[in-house]
Amino acid sequence: MPRTFLEKFKMLVDDIKPSTLGCVTLSKKGLHIKIGEMKTDVGLVKNLELSIGKIVEEAWAEPMGPTPFPSLTALREWDLKLLQRYKPFYLPFCDVCCLCTFGKCDLTGNKRGACGINMSAQQSRIVLLACCIGAATHIGHARHLLEHLIEKFGRRMPLDVGGLNVQVEAPITRLVCGVKPETLGDLEEILDYVETQVTHLLSVVHTGQEGSNLDFESKVFQTGMIDHVGMEVADIAQIAAYGFPKADPDAPLVDLGYGTVNVEKPVILCIGHNVVPSVGIIDFMKENGLDGEIEVCGLCCTAHDFTRYYKRGKIIGPISWQLRFIRSGVPDVVILDEQCIRTDSFYEAQRIKAPVIVASEKNCMGLPNRTNDPADAIVEDLVSGKTPGALILDPEKVGEVAVKTALKVAPLRKKFKAIPEVEEVLQRAKDCRQCGDCRRACPQDLHIPEAMKAAMQGSLAKLADLYDLCVGCGRCEQACPVSLPVHSFIVKAGEKKLKEETYKVRAGRGPIQDTEIRNVGSPIVLGEIPGVVAFVGCANYPNGGIEVAEMCREFANRRYIVVTSGCAAMTAGMYKNEEGKTPYEEFTGEFTAGCMVNVGSCVSNAHIAGAAIKIASIFAKRNLRANYEEIADYILNRVGAVGVAWGAYSQKAASIASGFWRLGVPVIVGPHGIKYRRMLLGRADREEDWYVYDARTGEKVYVGPAPEHLFYASETKEEAMVMIAKLCMRPNDTTKGRAIKLTHYIDLHKRLYGTMPEDIHRFVRTIADVPVTMKDEIIKILEEKGWKETVIPDPTLLPRLIRKKKE
Amino acid sequence: MAAEPWQTAEIPGPKKALVITKPEVVAAMIKRAKHPVLVVGYRAAEIEFEGGKLVDFIIEFSGKSGIPVVATAHMVSEFSKRGFKPASFMPAVDIGNRLVDPSWSGVDGKGQHDLALFVGLPYYMEWTILSGLKHFAQHLKTITLDNVYQPHANWSFPNISHEDWVKSLKVIIEKFEGGEKE
Ligand code: SF4
Ligand code: SF4
Ligand code: SF4
Repeated sequence: MPRTFLEKFKMLVDDIKPSTLGCVTLSKKGLHIKIGEMKTDVGLVKNLELSIGKIVEEAWAEPMGPTPFPSLTALREWDLKLLQRYKPFYLPFCDVCCLCTFGKCDLTGNKRGACGINMSAQQSRIVLLACCIGAATHIGHARHLLEHLIEKFGRRMPLDVGGLNVQVEAPITRLVCGVKPETLGDLEEILDYVETQVTHLLSVVHTGQEGSNLDFESKVFQTGMIDHVGMEVADIAQIAAYGFPKADPDAPLVDLGYGTVNVEKPVILCIGHNVVPSVGIIDFMKENGLDGEIEVCGLCCTAHDFTRYYKRGKIIGPISWQLRFIRSGVPDVVILDEQCIRTDSFYEAQRIKAPVIVASEKNCMGLPNRTNDPADAIVEDLVSGKTPGALILDPEKVGEVAVKTALKVAPLRKKFKAIPEVEEVLQRAKDCRQCGDCRRACPQDLHIPEAMKAAMQGSLAKLADLYDLCVGCGRCEQACPVSLPVHSFIVKAGEKKLKEETYKVRAGRGPIQDTEIRNVGSPIVLGEIPGVVAFVGCANYPNGGIEVAEMCREFANRRYIVVTSGCAAMTAGMYKNEEGKTPYEEFTGEFTAGCMVNVGSCVSNAHIAGAAIKIASIFAKRNLRANYEEIADYILNRVGAVGVAWGAYSQKAASIASGFWRLGVPVIVGPHGIKYRRMLLGRADREEDWYVYDARTGEKVYVGPAPEHLFYASETKEEAMVMIAKLCMRPNDTTKGRAIKLTHYIDLHKRLYGTMPEDIHRFVRTIADVPVTMKDEIIKILEEKGWKETVIPDPTLLPRLIRKKKE
Repeated sequence: MAAEPWQTAEIPGPKKALVITKPEVVAAMIKRAKHPVLVVGYRAAEIEFEGGKLVDFIIEFSGKSGIPVVATAHMVSEFSKRGFKPASFMPAVDIGNRLVDPSWSGVDGKGQHDLALFVGLPYYMEWTILSGLKHFAQHLKTITLDNVYQPHANWSFPNISHEDWVKSLKVIIEKFEGGEKE
């Protein structure tokens, strides 16, 4: 069977006799063949025109936009416009570069290294490298997934991701590539394109290529954009093929938390991001009448994704729960697929005598490849302990081996655990030398020595206090000179909390319906729904996950549209209100004011970007097809959306964020996010930075710093909340909409900062923008600041969108 | 004197902060500076200081030395509660970003600063911002007043005990008794 676009192209061309060929063009847009006359077995064909880019294009009346399958530089001008306003502020990790054998080079004070690169370009290069890693991870995942799904379901499987409710099934792909995929097979050429791009982009970081930091940054944006395409491909493929919830606001509420697992049963734990092996397990269980006999639970996005397939699956929690859950001894078999897996999880599983199956080529953990061995032989070796783990690259076989092993090994293991008993903690704490090395290794600077001192004196209370703040990294244990298992001590002390973790999260619903977009498009663009806030990303939280839940509640109660995905979606579900309800039970799952919408796993982030794009295309009827710049300009100026990655740690989070930046959506990260080494910050005090064109007149109009930043690390939750409200303001807000947004901004500012904001004058364009209830107070401020009225333009940064050129 | 970064792995590279051995030197540097500024993070409201909080000391210090204060995060509310109005308040990354721009007019409109003191930010935020300033703000010197070694500053205390740190800060403020221009 032909597999890639190029193979298909070759076959087609092989079939055509050269003499009959009129014209063949192969460009980045795809293949276009024009044939005057051709004799074939079926007869004579005249005037045939064929595009491979898709024959289905015939059914898509929308004209092709300016940038289909954009090259590395196709959107450079747009990027430079953004970077002119949101200039990079670099925060190097260290003074040197050590990338090649010329080095190490000392770049202190923006000096140049042996290859000629200076510190700012070097920092942007590292950002690009991180984003390439992130994008390659999603795209590689998408390719693996797609190959498997095509093998199982065939190329012609339609991409139904929401029936009649979702006509725009792949908004990012349509926008970026200019094609409209209809089947699984159609996704292959899209991956061909993004894979090629990743290769080019990665090559840019080689010593002696790009030298300008701004060009590196433009390529960072390109990486983020193609990452979004890759994520979209992965998620729509798995939604369509596996029948995940299809844009369903009422996706089922599924169990979340350690306490939801029935520890009396054999327990299979899946960790990672690729759902395919978990599906193998669930299918094998069902086919063999074992559904309900075994607990299937998971950590990270694999768990999100299998609960979209199997609502009895349990989500334990985000990445930071890996050590504590394995050490608890509850899992009888551990399945590792790919991404965000602790690389010591194999070792940790051995400590609790749980066999390990690794199920991804990307993560072999040094284990023998048993893919071609009979399942029962592998089971026997795992159960007897002859081998502690096996690499199995066939997901169906993973299913069989995992289930059979779990059933046999569970009675033998008896939930053997690696967490000490209370007595042992109290006893061993006496070995603590109070050296402080654990604290100096702890990314959270937790006061471990004090807690140890209390434990020496017989109290675990201080250790228990650390439970919520600990991100489960294990660095304290590595640092301890007397090898105290500090993290295990904390988990033991917090065991009561751990066991009481019983929550609900709405299974990932996938895309937002076109109809939902139609309903909210107008109030969002006019500003009457004050904003769309997406809580996404990992769990490297500065003060525990509760801050995410608090922020979600705050903004859902204020009738913002609140969207979640990935680890953040789990975390938000782990905190109940006074009535004992999680945010998912408290707020609607429909994409509307005051909602709490979990789109799904990391790759489902594509639907958040997709929703912003669909507002421009479905609601505002802007052409979508390969029309990136115009749509991004629309979103930047009109769609009050903000991403919040409060615990972002990964390279994937970096590339996801950069896809949002290029699209005009600002991203806030928590304080650890400053370690991404580069912020993109606007300067509210530089008036000249905040002019846009009024598309009606061509006049340049001051619109204030809206949105003020593109990428920004916040020191505290309070700061983030004020900033979320502020970053939702957009030049296009109507007076009514701006008044609503200002009300929230001022209200949060007064509550959390104890004072009026000092920049209100920058956001008031006409007196009608001023919230009625605060009129007197604000007008006084405006007078003091020498405020002048401006007009509300039809805002754009793109001169070509000016309808009437200024004389 | 050699000092180790507070977080063991935060190794900076060739250029490391000079260690403040005599707190009087900090006072002298502030006095010598043409236009100093003090950036105060949210932890100043949490850190104990002589029965009160660090923020109480900062208010007294700013009053005596005349050094303008920038409150980051939600610290402005802690200052307001105590009846003190900082010269400005803004996110930590914003003050960092403004400090690298030689044409910035400063927190008080009197032009870019030549000395920035930091205190009370989360260790890793302070460390990254100080690194940004070390590499990209050649017009600026930086001092951290925290009790831990911040290798990317120009001057920092080593990792010292709470008691020694309190003593050191008191020595600094004493140098301003009776007014800044003493
Ligand atoms: S890449 Fe350039 S700066 Fe880095 S080590 Fe090599 S020569 Fe030095
Ligand atoms: S495991 Fe927890 S306590 Fe230990 S270093 Fe990591 S965050 Fe700190
Ligand atoms: S590193 Fe170990 S010995 Fe040192 S204070 Fe921490 S727990 Fe005690």
